[in-house]
Amino acid sequence: MKEYRPLWFALLAMALLSPLGLYLPEWLRAGAAWGEWGLDEVAQMVGYSPTGMEKLSDLWKAPIPDYALPGQEGAPLSHRSLSYLLSALVGVGLCGGSTYLLTRWLTKGNR
Amino acid sequence: MHIPDGYLGPPTYLASYAACLPLWGLAARKVKTTLAARRTPLLAISAAFTFVVMMFNIPLPGATTGHAVGGVLIAIAVGPWGASLSISIALVIQALLFGDGGITAIGANCLNIAFVMPFTGYAVHRWLARMLPSRKGQAVAAGIAGWAGLTVAAFTTALLFGLQPLLHTASDGRALYAPYPLSVTVPAMVLEHLLLFGVIEALLTGLVVYHLYGSRSAWVLQPVREVSR
Repeated sequence: MKEYRPLWFALLAMALLSPLGLYLPEWLRAGAAWGEWGLDEVAQMVGYSPTGMEKLSDLWKAPIPDYALPGQEGAPLSHRSLSYLLSALVGVGLCGGSTYLLTRWLTKGNR
Repeated sequence: MHIPDGYLGPPTYLASYAACLPLWGLAARKVKTTLAARRTPLLAISAAFTFVVMMFNIPLPGATTGHAVGGVLIAIAVGPWGASLSISIALVIQALLFGDGGITAIGANCLNIAFVMPFTGYAVHRWLARMLPSRKGQAVAAGIAGWAGLTVAAFTTALLFGLQPLLHTASDGRALYAPYPLSVTVPAMVLEHLLLFGVIEALLTGLVVYHLYGSRSAWVLQPVREVSR
């Protein structure tokens, strides 16, 4: 694991910088990614809300929607950026941890 | 490029899941036979890396946002199947925990971002890296591969969006799911990735390869092959 230390540090540094991914679009007035609009945005763009989309769009309530901790969705940018940073750390931990366990199990006995 | 819930009708998202199941199984088997013990942590780092790379939203000023994925860099480091597995895990966590990408669309998003992207980029990289053996050449080959991988993935995502009005339009002409036809989705998705987000992906991929080349970690860039057990 020792030889991987610089890579984990690089990841940590990226996670700490992640709020840039929130600030930059805000400063430059960029909206949602193409094809990732909310139902109301779609309704505004095409003039109606597609009925199938209405049924499916609320299927899943994510616990940390859009990387904003619960109750922080409409909070000021500085609060949301803290949420965003914590989400990055949680994501790095969960992705790294679960993938590590899975690969160790898969590659058991490999040299 | 994360398709949300409600954009794809059931035939598309179910077929995408059906296509992913055997691919995930194959990816697990390939990782088992090609990932040396020394590289095991690299897959975990790859999943965490792509997760955090995708959080860096790049604005197209006044219009829309997008992001790099790091998928081709990962394919170079752990092979395309290892990339598929680690990116899929990141996409599942993004969908379940953060609502980034729909849960019905996990199959479709994995096809585009975890399979099309790393395999396209890996193929381009294998082809170019042979012709450009110098340090700069390797970085350029990786950069072009990253750019191609992301742009082709944007193209297949646009195909899935644009297919929806063909499959699901009510008699009054209204779409039931994603409303825009191929003639809109393909130019929009491909152009923004060709000209901006793909360039970011190229810089990320090329600069990291340039940095790794000749460093103590250069072994990461060696291709994966069958390991002894």
